[in-house]
Amino acid sequence: MSYEELTERVRKIIASAQHLPQEKITPDSTFAELGIDSLDGINILFAVESEFNINIPDDAAQNIRSVRDVIDGIAKLLEGGQAGQPVSA
Amino acid sequence: MNRRVVVTGAGVVSSLGHNRNDFWSALSAGQPGVGPIQAIQRGLLRFPNGAEVRNWNPAVYFDEKEIGLLDRFAQFGAVAAREAVADAAIEWTAGLRENTAIVTGCCVGGQGTEDEGFVNLYRNNIPRVNPLTIPRTMENAAASRISLEMGIVGPTYTVSTACSSSNHAIGQAFWMVRSGAVEMALTGGSEAVFSLGFLKAWEAMRVVSPDTCRPFSKDRRGLILGEGGAMLVLEPLESARARGAKIYGEIVGFGMSSDAFHITQPSPDGAARAIRGALADAALKPEDIGYINAHGTATQANDVTETAAIRKVFGAHADRLAVSSTKSMHGHTLGAAGAMEGVATLLSLQHGLLPPTANYREPDPACDLDVVPNTARAAQVEYALSNSFAFGGLNAVLVFRRATV
Repeated sequence: MSYEELTERVRKIIASAQHLPQEKITPDSTFAELGIDSLDGINILFAVESEFNINIPDDAAQNIRSVRDVIDGIAKLLEGGQAGQPVSA
Repeated sequence: MNRRVVVTGAGVVSSLGHNRNDFWSALSAGQPGVGPIQAIQRGLLRFPNGAEVRNWNPAVYFDEKEIGLLDRFAQFGAVAAREAVADAAIEWTAGLRENTAIVTGCCVGGQGTEDEGFVNLYRNNIPRVNPLTIPRTMENAAASRISLEMGIVGPTYTVSTACSSSNHAIGQAFWMVRSGAVEMALTGGSEAVFSLGFLKAWEAMRVVSPDTCRPFSKDRRGLILGEGGAMLVLEPLESARARGAKIYGEIVGFGMSSDAFHITQPSPDGAARAIRGALADAALKPEDIGYINAHGTATQANDVTETAAIRKVFGAHADRLAVSSTKSMHGHTLGAAGAMEGVATLLSLQHGLLPPTANYREPDPACDLDVVPNTARAAQVEYALSNSFAFGGLNAVLVFRRATV
C-alpha cells in the first residue's frame, strides 16, 4: 500500500469516527485542532486496528498527537509484518 | 437530630486474602496482591496481571444449590457481610431486622455469568440461556443475598456509580443511621471483573498497566483491575456503647458531586467540590484532616487531577497531609473500591499506621504530595478522607474519625 493510499484510508476513518468532513483532515492536523480528546483518540485507534488488522501497543498509542502520528505508526507496524499477528501478552 | 455513627464490624474478601486480618497484614506490610491473571488463558489480553481473589472455593461458604444462584461478585459480598456481622457480634431481634438497612455498591454485577451464557448462545449455538442468569447478574444480587441470609427486612438497595459505587453506598447508609431513619446498616460493595469480554473492553480503554499499579509514581502505566468485597456495620454511637460493642472508628462526613465535564476525563473542580462537601458535612476545616486514602488509580489522568483537587482544597496544608493509594496493593475493584478503602482507612486510624503507596519508584512533579512511598508509617491521625472518583464524573468522599471512646 502506498503512503498516499494509507493517508486516504486514515483520513476516512477519522472523518467517520469524528463526524467531520474529510477535507478538514490533513496529515498535519493535530488531534487538538480537530477536537479529538482522549476517549475519541482510543476510539479512532480501535477503528484503525480493525481496518488494518493490527495491534497498536498502549505505549505507542500514548504518543499519538496528530494524523501523521497515526499514519506513520500504522506504516511502521505494517512494515514490521504485524498484521494478522495475535496479541502477545 | 443528628446521631454520631460508628463502625462496629468489618469484613473483606480481596486479593490480599479472604478476611479482614489478611487484608490488613498485607496493607501494613506494603505487600501487593497483584499477579498473573489465572481466570483467563494467557495471550488473550495485552495486560497479563490483575488482583484476583486467589484459591476461592465457594463450597467453603455456600451449599451447591446456593452456589448456582450466586455469581462470584455476590459471593464476595455475602462472605464479607458475614465477617462484618460476626465481628460486630450483633444479636438480632425482629425489631432490629426491621430497622437495619443494607446498601451496597456494585458497578458491573454478574457480568461473568452473562459472559458465559452469551458465549453459549452466540458461539456454541446453544439456543437457551440459564434462567438463573437474571438473578445472578443483577447488581443488587449481593444485597438481596445478605438480606435473605440474615433475615434483614429494612431498606435494601444497590447504588451503581462506576468506581464511586460503594462510597456512594456507604454515604447513603451513614446518612440513614445518622438521621435516625434506621438503627443499623450493613454497607459496602463487591465486584468480580475477571471475564474475557469485560477485560477486553478495559484493554480497549488503554488505561490498564502492563506490569503493576504505581500510583503517583512518574513511571506509572495505568491501573490494575482487582476483585473482592468489603462490608461495614454502622450503628449509632449510643447503641454501640450500650451493648459494649468494639468500635473501629466513626464516619463523620459524606460529600458528593458531579463534574459535568467529560464522560471519562476527570476534573479537579468536581473532585474538590466533593471533598469540600464532605468536610462541610463533618463540620471540619481542611486543616483537621491528617490522612487521605486516595482514589489513586495510577492512570496518568487520575493521579494528576486528584493531586490538583487536593491542592485546591487544602492549600498549604496539602504539604502536611499523608496521601496513599492502597489500590497499589488490592487493585482497582471498581464498585467495591470505596468499601475496601473505607476499611483500610478505618484500620489505619485504629492502628495508628498509614498503609503505603506500594510499587512507587519515581517522584512526579505533577503529583507532588507525600504519598507514603512503599513503607507503612506510624502516625496518630484523628480524621481521614477516603476519595472515590468515577467514570462519568461522579465523585463521593467520606470522612472517618479515629475511635475516641
